[in-house]
Amino acid sequence: MTTANFENWAGNISEIGPIYPFVGSEVLLLIVGVVTWIGWHIWQSINETRTYEEEKQRGKR
Amino acid sequence: MDNELTALGILFTEFYYWLTVMIMFLIHVGFCTYEVGTSRNKNMMHTLMKNTMLIPLVTVTFFYFGWWIYFAYPNGPGITGGIVDAPHATPWSPLMGPTMNDPDGWARINGVFWAAFLLFSWTAASIVSGSVIERIRSSAFWICAVLIGSVLWIIDASWGWHAEGWMVQLLGYHDAYASGVIHAIAGGFALGILIVLGPRIGKFRPDGTARDIPPSDPWKQVIGLFLIYTGFWGFYVACNVPMWDVQAGDGVFFSSTNIYLAPTTLSAITVNFLMSLSGGLLMGYMCSKGDAFWTYSGGLAGIIAASAGNDLYHPVQALLIGAVGVWIMYKLHYWVERTFKIDDAVGAVAVHGYAGFFGVVIAGFVLWGYPSSPTEGYAAVTPWGQFIGALIMFGLLGLLPGWVMAKILQGFGVLRIPREIEIQGLDFARIEDSEQGDKDLAKAERAEA
Repeated sequence: MTTANFENWAGNISEIGPIYPFVGSEVLLLIVGVVTWIGWHIWQSINETRTYEEEKQRGKR
Repeated sequence: MDNELTALGILFTEFYYWLTVMIMFLIHVGFCTYEVGTSRNKNMMHTLMKNTMLIPLVTVTFFYFGWWIYFAYPNGPGITGGIVDAPHATPWSPLMGPTMNDPDGWARINGVFWAAFLLFSWTAASIVSGSVIERIRSSAFWICAVLIGSVLWIIDASWGWHAEGWMVQLLGYHDAYASGVIHAIAGGFALGILIVLGPRIGKFRPDGTARDIPPSDPWKQVIGLFLIYTGFWGFYVACNVPMWDVQAGDGVFFSSTNIYLAPTTLSAITVNFLMSLSGGLLMGYMCSKGDAFWTYSGGLAGIIAASAGNDLYHPVQALLIGAVGVWIMYKLHYWVERTFKIDDAVGAVAVHGYAGFFGVVIAGFVLWGYPSSPTEGYAAVTPWGQFIGALIMFGLLGLLPGWVMAKILQGFGVLRIPREIEIQGLDFARIEDSEQGDKDLAKAERAEA
């Protein structure tokens, strides 16, 4: 079992190509990354609104 | 890399850009420091986080699409050609990760070159960050940061800061160290947001005159600016290509080059950096009668004003241009504040926007007739080419999109923090909890004693 697309460093190094794990999954990784980015913005915006509401109430006390 | 000389050239270039990235990190440390120093105690930590979190957001988006834009859009597209194929810069390219398939060295250079450009992206977003402190919602600012950091500035870089950019080809646009490409655009973008965002509560008196909102820590402000100077060294060096055959025709002649692959020397830009800094400091001190914040800001603006042509200027030209640019930006800052009631908390629109605009335009006069590129057939540098270029940077890609984005966010009611929060302070809960914690601790200490 290996996640690499090569077995050892023997031979012509330049022919090995990419050396990161799961070569071929780049588009899937991009989709996951973009969803994470957009999701963070949405979560943060909701959280920020909630925080302001809480702090406004706290300021009135 | 099958011979030692090729390997030496590629590995040196890789190390060179890596070093610039490390030095440029200080720009961001500086921006955070002076923003926190400028904000009032009731907003300090929130101000810090607003700037800090642009780092991951601009980084990931610059990875997803910013880098690709630079290589894909030099023709507009639609002005001198279509979208250029840029397989090495797509986020799914193996060359964005570790790879050994490296016939032309690009796998070694791609990542460090990406990172150098990314640090420019952070700078563009950070310039905007300071001007809008103490009243913009973080969520709104971070959307704006992605827009300026990973879309707008890199479009202008592709147009006017690329060896084959259409502005270089048709306008003879010359902006070696990014007076317009980074500073004017970011200043214009900040102004666009500020017009919609409005001033901080209490900034203007009922008669329209401006109040001074004192910084929480003037020392932190100037240390921040000092750190930006330091990081700016990396910025300058990163704008060069360290080693390139610049001999057109027969023979070989290796030199450092600017971003357009035209020859310059690291030595010359080092002298000019210091001379324009000095011109800016001298004039900043004179204009502000020795005010520390404006003197330091003057130093920065002096460099920015001379940056478009600092690959070619004589050192005394760099000094004088730096000084004149600072006089103009200082006067403009207060005129715009008085006339249009614009509350730019750190003077970023002036230091970056006006000085950058001036820097691009003055280069058109001082470098009139210079070749904009080593490539045959490109337009030469002219005052009108530079003026149009400055308008594109400051207005078309800066002010206009900043204003539109702010209007959209305002339309959704998510641009500005609630009035009550602005008055009680963004750090209200933290400060209250901290005070309560202190009281509890003091009580416990007394009880134990």
